[in-house]
Amino acid sequence: MDAITLTDAIVNLSMMAPEIWQACKETALMLAIGLVAAFLIGGPLGFLLYLSQPGQIFAHRIVNGVLGWLVNLVRSFPFIILMVSLVPLTRLLVGSTIGPVAAAVPLSFAAIPYFARLVEQTLREVPRGVVEAAEAMGASPLQIIAKVLLVEARSGLISSVTILTISFLSYSAVAGVVGGGGIGDLAIRYGYYRFQTEVMVAMVLLLVVIVQIIQFVGNRLAARLDKR
Amino acid sequence: MIHLHNVRKRYRRPDGGWFEAVAPTSLSIGAGEIFGLIGYSGAGKSTLMRLINLLERPDEGSVIVDTQDLTGLSASELRRARQNIGMVFQQFNLLANRTVAGNVAFPLEIAGWSKADIQQRVAECLDVVGLADRAQHYPAQLSGGQKQRVGIARALAPNPKVILADEATSALDPKTTQSILDCLQDINRRFGVTVVVVTHEMNVVRSICQRAAVLEAGQVVEVLDIVDGRIEARSDLARSLLEAA
Ligand SMILES: Nc1ncnc2c1ncn2[C@@H]1O[C@H](COP(=O)(O)OP(=O)(O)OP(=O)(O)O)[C@@H](O)[C@H]1O
Ligand SMILES: [Mg+2]
Repeated sequence: MDAITLTDAIVNLSMMAPEIWQACKETALMLAIGLVAAFLIGGPLGFLLYLSQPGQIFAHRIVNGVLGWLVNLVRSFPFIILMVSLVPLTRLLVGSTIGPVAAAVPLSFAAIPYFARLVEQTLREVPRGVVEAAEAMGASPLQIIAKVLLVEARSGLISSVTILTISFLSYSAVAGVVGGGGIGDLAIRYGYYRFQTEVMVAMVLLLVVIVQIIQFVGNRLAARLDKR
Repeated sequence: MIHLHNVRKRYRRPDGGWFEAVAPTSLSIGAGEIFGLIGYSGAGKSTLMRLINLLERPDEGSVIVDTQDLTGLSASELRRARQNIGMVFQQFNLLANRTVAGNVAFPLEIAGWSKADIQQRVAECLDVVGLADRAQHYPAQLSGGQKQRVGIARALAPNPKVILADEATSALDPKTTQSILDCLQDINRRFGVTVVVVTHEMNVVRSICQRAAVLEAGQVVEVLDIVDGRIEARSDLARSLLEAA
């Protein structure tokens, strides 16, 4: 590979600006679908995992056992293998196996149990006595979820979302390479296959900046919501 | 006001046998009384108290509060009945992410009060416990004694007939303990609320209770009458608790 000057690198990158922008949009789309699925399905699943534990308001040994087993099952798949195993399902759901929407299927599959565990662990930090006080005051299970658990765990839940987002930004790069597009895909196509190292470096720097921003915003929000 | 008829509570031991936390026990607590449950650690005081609002369901026997048999109620009926029984905890158990006013408002929201009524009642209750100026503080910004006052205001808010206090002063220093006991007594006298206190200290019993059951191994050994701060103890257990005080 020939060494290039910084000027050349900048010129190359600026000519690629539309492609980089396109890659950012694809990454954002993959991530957004995965995160929404994680909230909508993984969040309630996490509550159920927590509430079905012994001593909790919906204590149920079988439900808790089955859910825990399912979550572990999906989580034990290496992501790349999960992607390949889900190809038939992806084709069924999306009609194609390439593009960011198709890549979002295995991403969602991985994000749901991951977030469920994060939520479960966060809820465990709510003191049992506080939930019990609400029960003693005659709160219904729904009121306990909405007015006690969600409120008392909110800052931990924000931190969980931060962790989820950052992990799945990285997963989305893997998904991208196997036909999803996005920032990771661009980095590999140009930086690795075409030896345009500056593209690789620029994409990694971009990811570093995005991660830092997500973490910063997440920390600030979590701290602001925490009155403990 | 409170009638426990032959209530019994057992727990499964790890070895498969049963551990009897409360042996079949009967106890009647009159309206407007301040009643103590005293005994050493593990005697079953908390378990017996938690039977009163069915936080623990008795294996046998019935629990009658304000003429209603709680053991026969459906889940939603029991929730309504619990709004009539306030509870104060050793560890306060306040919502950390709600202000003082928000904590006192909580049981009223549960009971479906209107916003305006809640606001007025919260102010009244904070006045009773002397924390009106702390309404917008968070629990983390309060001392232990102040937190417990919030706990008492919260218990008092829905105008309950009964307040249960489980070691409400055990996390506090002697001076603060006295002020919290005075606060409970004040509420009892002003509003006629029946108060049940769990404690391991005879001084607490002497200071505010009219009667107290002395517990050991899940059984009531004797019921003490406290007249002008004087306690006549017949059992060895009560005597030893008196000496420790
Ligand atoms: N959920 C439970 N499972 C098993 N055993 C229990 C349970 N709750 C209480 N016990 C046992 O019942 C006995 C009485 O407990 P309880 O908490 O009522 O005692 P206590 O008089 O309040 O003691 P302390 O002063 O330490 O609070 C104890 O031996 C305790 O280990
Ligand atoms: Mg106890």
